[in-house]
Amino acid sequence: MDTNKFNYILQQADNCLILGQRLGEWCGHGPILEQDIAMTNISLDLIGQARLFYQYAAELQDEGKTEDDLAYLRDAWDFRNVKLVEQPNGDFAQTIIRQFLYDTFSCYYYEALKESNDERLASIAAKSHKETLYHVKWSGDWVLRLGDGTSESHERAQSALDLLRPYADELVIPSEADQKAAEEGYGPDLGKIAELRSEKLNAVLSESTLNVPESGFTHSGGKDGRHTEHLGYILADLQFLQRAYPGNKW
Amino acid sequence: MNTESLEKHFNDKIEEDIRIEPKDWMPEKYRKTLIRQISQHAHSEIVGMLPEANWITRAPTLRRKAAALAKVQDEAGHGLYLYSACETLGVERDDLLADLHSGKAKYSSIFNYPTLTWADMGAIGWLVDGAAIMNQVPLCRASYGPYARAMVRICKEESFHQRQGYEIMLTLCKGSEEQKNMAQDALNRWWWPSLMMFGPTDKDSKHTADSMRWGIKRFTNDELRQKFVDVTVPQADILGLTVPDKDLKWNEESGHYDFGEINWEEFYNVISGNGPCNRERLEARRNAHDKGEWVREAAQAYAEKKSRNKAA
Repeated sequence: MDTNKFNYILQQADNCLILGQRLGEWCGHGPILEQDIAMTNISLDLIGQARLFYQYAAELQDEGKTEDDLAYLRDAWDFRNVKLVEQPNGDFAQTIIRQFLYDTFSCYYYEALKESNDERLASIAAKSHKETLYHVKWSGDWVLRLGDGTSESHERAQSALDLLRPYADELVIPSEADQKAAEEGYGPDLGKIAELRSEKLNAVLSESTLNVPESGFTHSGGKDGRHTEHLGYILADLQFLQRAYPGNKW
Repeated sequence: MNTESLEKHFNDKIEEDIRIEPKDWMPEKYRKTLIRQISQHAHSEIVGMLPEANWITRAPTLRRKAAALAKVQDEAGHGLYLYSACETLGVERDDLLADLHSGKAKYSSIFNYPTLTWADMGAIGWLVDGAAIMNQVPLCRASYGPYARAMVRICKEESFHQRQGYEIMLTLCKGSEEQKNMAQDALNRWWWPSLMMFGPTDKDSKHTADSMRWGIKRFTNDELRQKFVDVTVPQADILGLTVPDKDLKWNEESGHYDFGEINWEEFYNVISGNGPCNRERLEARRNAHDKGEWVREAAQAYAEKKSRNKAA
């Protein structure tokens, strides 16, 4: 098995799964019925993307495992998602800022991944790219509404941004898997994505009248399986039935 | 036209099965009855998201998780069309929500029961959506146009949900001993509340007569309940599960199942707020609404700023 490619695919699969799981927590509790639907919809897209990546990873692994083995039977240290996506939903502003920081990565990432020399990854990217264009429009519009809405919404969005900014750049700092993927042509160069993303981030944030905190410290380690305390609880929920009734079919 | 001739015109339309549309004249009591029924239905969709949303993060496979998300999202969509249908009768969604939050408006009592295991996701689809379909299919022919049209779309999606729920039950019943027990336990808990979904018996139903006369309702509560039992019992047999009613038996003569007496005391208790989750459900809805207030204000303030800038 190509271990690097396997790990590389899991990074993005885990990002999608964990963020999709987080957004799913909103279902039934959104601030406006239409936005409840929007968050559930994005969650559904993310779970769909995660499945495509896990299915491919399981095939590469060639041990007769399935997408569910990968999602449900690994412990936190084997998860390779960035720490941003495991951050709690908080208030609606925190969810929007987290989503916007992620979407501004994923839309450029998938656009570049469409050029992958691995056809399967290129086709997953093509499908996912269309979805993320809608996601980034949605979260970007909400950043504008909250940033430039009322003084309360501005304050809430600003504190969410201050809180989450240090988690934003792990997405574009290459891990060993990212570097090798770029060298071998199946993954994009994250440097270019970082530039495009930062342009988009700055444009929307400045229009929203929010202050972009000085990019200082960046939390990292997620891509290597070192997570925040949140991930253990996310997995406890996610994996409960598979762990409590091992080997059952659902 | 005077009121009398307007009323005659209205009654003729009902008689001839011609749809009533928003701009048509209608008796005030007809309008009120529709607002009550449609908004109650809309609230049921929205409150009904909660018991199932409870299992989204714990769905046992990715396929089940995606299906659960899609299903709960459909329910939110049903709530939206129904609130819109209500708005054609001259009420605002905000006012309807205020009535839900104050406890003045009702929603289907079934959603005051808890979802305790994964099998409840199957039982809700199979039984609760199954009962809902029995109630709702005749509403596709309801006399009020916007309601009837909303119901056509809703019924299509509900019947998909019902098959999905039954398929969850089937998978559990073919599974391990523990899974089968889980399925039986869910049937035990959801069977009677599902029968209660058809409302009080005909002799105790205060709205049935008017609703039948106006073509809003086409069958009585007891007729629909009997139909549900007749359809559902053979489905339980296929699953290998036991319906929790010792009086249940096939009646050759009537061509229907006879079934036991519903616990009406429980029914009226749940309606009046003493169900296992009444407090939690209403609190969750109020919480979502109250915590969302600043978000709605921000959206409005932003939209106003934009339209001012455009005008300037």
